[in-house]
Amino acid sequence: MTSTTFFGLCAAALVGLGCYGLIVNAQLLRKLLAFNLIGHGVFLVCAIIAHRGAADGLGGDPVPQALLITAIVVAFAASALAVALILRLFEETGSASLTRSDGLAKSDTAEQEH
Amino acid sequence: MTTPTTGGGLLLVLTVLLPVVGVLLGLVVGGRHAQRVALVTLLLGLAIAVALTGQLMHSGEAVVYVLGGWSPPLGVALRADGISIVMILAVAVVVAFIAIYACGNFGTPAGVREARRPVMFWLLLLAITGSLNLVFVSGDVFTLYVALELLTFAAVPLVSLDGRAETLQAALRYLLYALLGSMLYLLGIFLLYGAYGTLDIALLAQRIQPETLAWAAAALMTAGLLAKTALFPLHLWLPPAHAGAPAAASAVLSALVIKGAWFLVVRLWFDVFAGVVAPRSMQLLAAMGAAAILIGNVVALQQARLKLLIAYSTVAQIGYLFLMFPLAAGLNAAQLDSAAAVSGGMLQAISHATAKAAMFMAAGLIYVTLGHDRVADLRGVGRALPMTLVAFALGGASLIGLPPSGGFFAKWLLLSAALASMQWWWVAVMIAGGLLTSAYVFMVVVRALQPAEPDWKPRTRVPRYQQGVVLALAVCSFLLGVVAWCPDVTRIGRPGLSVVEAR
Amino acid sequence: MTLALDSALALLFLGLATWTIFARETFASVAGFLPYGLLLTAVWLRLAAIDVAMTEAAIGAGLTGVLLVGAAARLRSTEAAAAAERPRVLTRLLAAIVSIAVAGVVAVCVLLLPPSAPTLAPEVVANIAATGVGNPITAVLLSFRAMDTLLEAVVLLFALIGVWSLAPDRAWGGRPGPAPVSDPNGTLTYLARVLPPIGIVVAVYILWVGADDPGGKFQGATILAAMWLLVLMAGLADAPPVSGRGLRTGLIIGPAIFIAIGCLGAVTAGAFLAYPQGHAKLWIIVIEVALMPSLAITLVLLLVGAPQRAMT
Repeated sequence: MTSTTFFGLCAAALVGLGCYGLIVNAQLLRKLLAFNLIGHGVFLVCAIIAHRGAADGLGGDPVPQALLITAIVVAFAASALAVALILRLFEETGSASLTRSDGLAKSDTAEQEH
Repeated sequence: MTTPTTGGGLLLVLTVLLPVVGVLLGLVVGGRHAQRVALVTLLLGLAIAVALTGQLMHSGEAVVYVLGGWSPPLGVALRADGISIVMILAVAVVVAFIAIYACGNFGTPAGVREARRPVMFWLLLLAITGSLNLVFVSGDVFTLYVALELLTFAAVPLVSLDGRAETLQAALRYLLYALLGSMLYLLGIFLLYGAYGTLDIALLAQRIQPETLAWAAAALMTAGLLAKTALFPLHLWLPPAHAGAPAAASAVLSALVIKGAWFLVVRLWFDVFAGVVAPRSMQLLAAMGAAAILIGNVVALQQARLKLLIAYSTVAQIGYLFLMFPLAAGLNAAQLDSAAAVSGGMLQAISHATAKAAMFMAAGLIYVTLGHDRVADLRGVGRALPMTLVAFALGGASLIGLPPSGGFFAKWLLLSAALASMQWWWVAVMIAGGLLTSAYVFMVVVRALQPAEPDWKPRTRVPRYQQGVVLALAVCSFLLGVVAWCPDVTRIGRPGLSVVEAR
Repeated sequence: MTLALDSALALLFLGLATWTIFARETFASVAGFLPYGLLLTAVWLRLAAIDVAMTEAAIGAGLTGVLLVGAAARLRSTEAAAAAERPRVLTRLLAAIVSIAVAGVVAVCVLLLPPSAPTLAPEVVANIAATGVGNPITAVLLSFRAMDTLLEAVVLLFALIGVWSLAPDRAWGGRPGPAPVSDPNGTLTYLARVLPPIGIVVAVYILWVGADDPGGKFQGATILAAMWLLVLMAGLADAPPVSGRGLRTGLIIGPAIFIAIGCLGAVTAGAFLAYPQGHAKLWIIVIEVALMPSLAITLVLLLVGAPQRAMT
């Protein structure tokens, strides 16, 4: 088994672990962590594709590697936005979990400025 | 192999970058000037969209632009065919209407240099416009991924713009679904690159083989996009998110943002995966659409709040957009019928966009007038907001599919494609959907027409121009059926189909 | 031999990944995320993706780790409620089935990749001379696929606008983060005084050398951002108010110059984001130099979050 195939299977494991964490954890920050794990699994798949494309003196295909850099930065931006939302939710409600009930049911009685 | 840039290609770059420049400028000038920057930018965007449509019809083929002078597979190309430009035009028009409407709710109060809600709304509105245009014109699947992320980051904060706890939860749920969808899509892209060595849509279409890897990539990318477009059963994030946002934001989200992901499914299934997806998969997609139509409409009937009713109606109408897939690759696969299905799908998307935007904006005006939006207590609206109620009814008529609305003609095209390819079951679904939609539209209109208590006064007076804008958009959606007499722009640039005058 | 090394690496980082998922306390879970990120950097190095490894170490493990640790610290008080919300066995079972299915799909796809991998490396090598830079990744990022890099800078900006929109109305226009508290004799203060000048030099070096060797503006921008964060955390400076015109100009100047150069290319070199013959490297350097400060500011502001203290 080549190293690329081996890491590819590790990538699959990462994606699986991340999916499990995303579904099972109720807390939003843990869901975000699990999402990051899924992301890393997907990035690892890209990295092995880049490694398989080594040719002409280059250690890896530069195009997927460049895509990876972009994707890592975008994932960070996503995490930052998610964290800001989670912290704001915590300030408003004191909890950082997605409750099962649809929160809009409360607005039936409350009348707020729109 | 080089892809040439066609005339007018620079317009494609402008459709994407003009709103971005608007965001940059708006961020720096801030305050109430951000609103002016946004309005000017959206007006210019409308002009560019019209110019693009003219270019497309003049040249009769797709508009292509090669960025940086580097052709695919090494570089990135922008490509806009008939369906892209129809969507760009629709977005430009609907956003213009929404922007005028929003001037009433998102103006900076006097005496304050800058307020959070207004300036954020205008910047996010511009951001959504630019991102949607990028989704429509990009010819490279990775640039499309970046476009999807741009769209998500611009749309999610609009949901929580009011800052209430339930909107924050709705925004987080939306963000999680959207991010998961993006990750699945990204995985599909990487697998496609690993198998075929290119990210360009046109090149992928040439190189793709009907093998397991391509099928797996298609499944992953579609699953991700379905989560973003809220097709049943991945629709759970949509009702709280769209109902919790401010009215103008709900209009943008329901009418335009979810169409972005749907457009990508169309682009991928018809252009990239045309040889790979089996007819069975098309039927599966349409089956989920049918479930969305039936379940979405039934749940909408049970809603106590108007905005939630309209949001569930969106869930249902998204289902129609997915009926076009098996019809376009019909059992007889006659070219003219498949073209009719594609045109029907595009027209359904546009008429839903206009109608739903009008309905959400109308709901916003109703909320402001009554102080609430409980469906059971809508009496008095007919008297206080006559134009708005007519607008709501016209929008509803388009959703039901009454002539001469765009919804009617779209469903006509889809029905004729279904009958021609002898897929009777979709006919039944469409008819059932129409009946259910008419049930709740009539319910709302009838309740609103009841006279109010004798001493009731509207909570706030709504400016005339807001009512006028909503009515104008609803009239547009109602009269959209006239496109039956226009040349069918959606067929321009589609491979295998020539430009044919409709009817 | 290499398989043994790979297995050890994989065992470690998969073990840490499992820890982050299954740890009881959120803070412990997040604390495991940082070393996991650094091990992932080692994996990128093992796969000969050096630029990616630098970006992962800087942004993927570094900044994301800081972000998550900061959030976990602020959410400490929700631990008790969270501990009470243990998922049911049925949920765990369903989640396990779904995860194994998804992991299986990914594994099958990886195994199905064609034995002769298609690659664009020869095309890159053939065309790199025209771009004037020696690092193939920089050539792809700033010449062949420059649009993606421009859009990436815009993505960061949109995310920042989204983060700012979450400020409470009363604090709009004010400063993010808590008020600075500084301990004049502490280690952190000492480091915050000594490291930034060194960091700035290193950042500029990484930017400059990125043209021909691994490096570039993202990695350099992250180091600049880290230095500023250090100063903020030590309390030696306060976060700037978000309504400041200078701050906002600094944010947009990078993408604005990038777009301007792109338009210049449309006029002089025939296509948007094309570079005039023979001067490509010059313009690439201009773009990188203009983007780095904007990126650094954006990264810091994304980390410190929405404004919380009103302007007095």
